[in-house]
Amino acid sequence: MAHTEAEVLAGLAELVNEETGIATDLVQPEKSFTDDLDIDSISMMTIVVNAEDKFDVKIPDEEVTNLVTVKDAVDFIVGAQG
Amino acid sequence: MSNDEIAGPIDSSDEWIRQRTGVITRARASDDQTLASMAMEAGKEAIEKAGIKPEQIDLVIVSTISFPYATPSAATLIAAELGIPNAAAYDISAACAGYCYGIAQADSMIRSGLSEYALVIGAERLSDFIDPTDRTISFLLGDGAGAAIVGPSDTPGISETVWGSDGTKWDKVGMTGSILEFKDGGSWPTLVQEGRTVFRWAVWEMVKAAKEALDIAGITVNDLSALVTHQANMRIIDEFAKQLELPDSVVVARDIETTGNTSAASIPLAMHRILQEKQVSSGGFALQIGFGAGLAYAAQVVVLP
Repeated sequence: MAHTEAEVLAGLAELVNEETGIATDLVQPEKSFTDDLDIDSISMMTIVVNAEDKFDVKIPDEEVTNLVTVKDAVDFIVGAQG
Repeated sequence: MSNDEIAGPIDSSDEWIRQRTGVITRARASDDQTLASMAMEAGKEAIEKAGIKPEQIDLVIVSTISFPYATPSAATLIAAELGIPNAAAYDISAACAGYCYGIAQADSMIRSGLSEYALVIGAERLSDFIDPTDRTISFLLGDGAGAAIVGPSDTPGISETVWGSDGTKWDKVGMTGSILEFKDGGSWPTLVQEGRTVFRWAVWEMVKAAKEALDIAGITVNDLSALVTHQANMRIIDEFAKQLELPDSVVVARDIETTGNTSAASIPLAMHRILQEKQVSSGGFALQIGFGAGLAYAAQVVVLP
C-alpha cells in the first residue's frame, strides 16, 4: 500500500534518527541533509538503503545526489511507490 | 602519518577524519622502502612462520596495483631475492580484492597438483598515486605488504572462493587518468572514488557474497572466530558487521585505524595483527573478503594458522 507524504516524512525521520541520532522533529521538509542536518555521504547512503527497504522503492545511486532536502527525498519516495 | 599531517590540503581536521573514516594514522613508506622491499620483508616472515624452506615454494603470486613497472613482474624479483628458484611467478591486478584472488588461485592450483607451496603477497605503495587535495580516497590510503604461505593439507584450510566482478562500475574506483595521458602532458594518475556508490556496493552487495561464502563452507556466522574484510573505511567495516549480524564473539579486524587503506595488503596486514595480538586462536574460522576497484571481489573462509 502506498504511503502518504506524512507517513514517508515520519518514516524518513525515524531512519535519520536511527543512523545519526538526530531528533525526529528536526527532520523537516525544508532541511538540507548536508547543510542543516550535517549528514555525510556514508550516512546518507545508509539512510537511502534503509528507506528502500522501508518503503519498497528503488533509489538509484545517481538519484541520491539530487536528494538535497528532506522534501526532495519525500517527493522521490512518494513518486517512486508502485 | 597522522591525520593532522594530511588534513591541511583537504581543508579537514583530525576529528573529521576520525569520525568519517575511523582512521587515526596511516602507514606510509619511507623513501628507501620500495614496494618490492616491503613485499620481500612480508614474504620472508611468512616463509619463516610457515617453517618451510624457500626452495619448496613453486608459485609466487603478488597482488598489487602500485608496482611501478608494467613488466617484468614484482613476483619474479621477489622470488629471486627470497631465494625461491624457478617458481612460477606473476602479479595480479584485482586491487582491494587482489589478496583473496591470490589465495583463491593458490588454493586451486595446490588442489589440482599444479603447485605444492605457494607464496601469496599483497603489497602496495599507494602513496605514489595520491593527490593530497583529494577528498574522496587519498587521505585514507597507506602503504604496506602482507603475505601467506599456502600449502598441502589433509584437511582443507581454505574454502571454495566466492568471487566475481561488476565492470559496469569500472569508473567508480580507479585512476584519474592513464599513463599514456600523462605521457602526453596530462596529470600524474592518482586514485579517486565515488564514495556513495562504492559504499552501497561494499556493504549490501558484499554481505551477500560473504553469506554465500559461509554457506559454501558449510558454516554460519556463529561458527566464525574472525571477520577480516578489506580495510576500506571503518564505517564500511562496522556496517558490514551489522548487516552480517555477527555475534559479539566474532573478532572484527579493524587494522585500518592505524594502517589506513592499503588495498591488496589490507587483509593480510589485518589478519597478521589479530594473530599477533592473539585476539584469535589457531584453528578457528575466519571469513576474509576483499572488494574494490573493478569493481572486483572475492571471499573465502580460512582456518586460522
